[in-house]
Amino acid sequence: MNASYLPSDYLPVLIQLGLALGFIITTMIVTHSIGPKRKSQKKDDPFECGIPVEGDARTPISIKYFLIAILFVLFDVEVIFLYPWAVNFKGLGVTGFIEMVLFMGLLLAGFYYIIRKGVLKWE
Amino acid sequence: MKPIEIVFYVLTGITLLSAITVVTARNPIHSVLALIATFFCLSGHYILMNAQFLAAVNIIVYAGAIMVLFLFTIMFLNLRREDEESKTNLTKMAAVVVGGILMVTMLLVFRAVQLPAVNEGNFDARTGLVEQLGIMLYSDYLLPFELASVLLLVAMVGAVMLGKREAGDRHF
Amino acid sequence: MDLTIFIVKSIIILAVFGISLLIATYSTYVERKVAAFMQDRIGPDRAGPWGLLQPIADAGKMFFKEDFIPAQASKWLFILGPALAMLTALMSSAVIPFGDSIRFDNYDIPVQGIEINIGVLYIFGVVSLGVYGIMVGGWASNNKFSLLGAIRAASQNISYEVALGLSIIAILMMSGSLSVRAIVEQQAEAGFLGWNVFTQPLGFIIFLTCAFAECNRTPFDLPECETELVGGYHTEYSSMKLGFYLFAEYINMFVSSAFISSLYFGGYHYPFMEQISNALTNSLGAVTGHNVATAIGTAAFFGKIFFFIFFFMWVRWTVPRFRYDQLMNLGWKILIPLSVLNIIVSASGLLFNGMKYASWLIVIVATVLAIMSNSRAPKGQVSPQRS
Repeated sequence: MNASYLPSDYLPVLIQLGLALGFIITTMIVTHSIGPKRKSQKKDDPFECGIPVEGDARTPISIKYFLIAILFVLFDVEVIFLYPWAVNFKGLGVTGFIEMVLFMGLLLAGFYYIIRKGVLKWE
Repeated sequence: MKPIEIVFYVLTGITLLSAITVVTARNPIHSVLALIATFFCLSGHYILMNAQFLAAVNIIVYAGAIMVLFLFTIMFLNLRREDEESKTNLTKMAAVVVGGILMVTMLLVFRAVQLPAVNEGNFDARTGLVEQLGIMLYSDYLLPFELASVLLLVAMVGAVMLGKREAGDRHF
Repeated sequence: MDLTIFIVKSIIILAVFGISLLIATYSTYVERKVAAFMQDRIGPDRAGPWGLLQPIADAGKMFFKEDFIPAQASKWLFILGPALAMLTALMSSAVIPFGDSIRFDNYDIPVQGIEINIGVLYIFGVVSLGVYGIMVGGWASNNKFSLLGAIRAASQNISYEVALGLSIIAILMMSGSLSVRAIVEQQAEAGFLGWNVFTQPLGFIIFLTCAFAECNRTPFDLPECETELVGGYHTEYSSMKLGFYLFAEYINMFVSSAFISSLYFGGYHYPFMEQISNALTNSLGAVTGHNVATAIGTAAFFGKIFFFIFFFMWVRWTVPRFRYDQLMNLGWKILIPLSVLNIIVSASGLLFNGMKYASWLIVIVATVLAIMSNSRAPKGQVSPQRS
């Protein structure tokens, strides 16, 4: 087990990053240069199961996906708050537990509201 | 120069470069990707200061969650070149004024702040680790922590209110 | 950091990098063999003995395919998509402890890329970035199928990430550390029955489900649902760019298997590890004996990883795909409340009794409730959603 935890512990990650980047870039260049290249108007079109292309792909989408993303951000923050608590769980004891139940209770109330409002209902 | 200084300057260079790209990029998607790169470099700075938990949280919450939301919005809101051109000179002027005021405020704040001197005798390298941070958060900063949950609750209700469905919405 | 330690660490990272690529390559072969076995076929058997050269032939084929970029696509983002997917997959293995430690001279170096204070969060960080590869690639293709696949994948990944984060909180309460090595060692101390799968059965099931969803594996492979979306987010991709997307999936599978094994199945710990390690140090000397014991532990760890990779494949050929609303309901309305309940019950158990096994209570109650509701409902209406 590591006792000190210093920034230098992260140095080997740079090596991994370098290796991964090197592998990806080399592969991309190699595969780009050795494959055949034949261009034609029909081939360059987006694939639509053989039907002529209709309009642009980049159209607005359902609001549901945005709501899911917003809720994800909020719950992600909640989860992050839980980590320092869980690590200190034994030290904080019953008081810490009650604090956290209060915190989660408020958020679960919000969660209940969201479910009741039918935000998470898909058809 | 010490190795750590070299790391610091290289990291700072990349940070500034990607931050400038965020502002100058024409394509909003490129802007968002540059912003993600900026957050990564900031996490690198946090690690250099041994604030490891903060570095991870910065990546998970900012780069991993908020930027996903940004990307969702930009990608799927159908931003086009034609809308880009609709900025009048007035909006540009207003942007310059607001940006200038913000910069002046920041400069004044940085000049007013006195950094406490580091006492090497009782300096603890583990201050920024998750254990110490948790103890502080759940004892000294308990009230802000509980208020944060109220804030999150309000945000949830707000999101639901704004995202209410209207007749004729497309859903797929 | 000491130069010797740095060099050894670099060698470890190099080895892990190579091994994860090798395992990902051969996972494609094993997957086809397993599929063949389950469907009573033979599977690939032409390239080399028992078809063992098949993955290499596949890779060669992918390299020589045309690297095609559609005219309407955003060129650089189209290239960036698969590169990001691959990068995040390759970076995630750094914090996994593959074994105890290597000893030589005065050095005692853990078999692990980096041993850091926030190992679990490192993995979550990398996992949360995995969604960019899919989103950027799907959007850049400028194809309707790709775009839909990308949105679906992104929503699915972020939905299950919340439950994934919540499910391991209970483990952290017991270990008191975010370091993956500390979690493994805490399980090793408690012995075989102290493995987190026995103390946290519910957390394990939630985590496993979320891992399937994060890897976009069946039954959660809606982003590439062929019957609706052609190829999903990689419809327009070809050659090694497509290869990267497929390859990243297999690397993710390897890493999540490794992560599941270390969080819930004791990592490099195996029953009677203490006794075997002591016997080896007594017979072979402190240094060699310790290194041999480490090697056995690493082998045990890889055994667990291979089992979970097999499990991923087993499920793929057993369970049918979910419908999208079922997937979202499972993630938000079942897994998140369940994992919160798990946290509260485990925490109360630990606080008021020092009981580690409180999580079983929920499992037993849930099983009883499920059996009761199943026996009460008339046949044919057991679960109306599934019809």
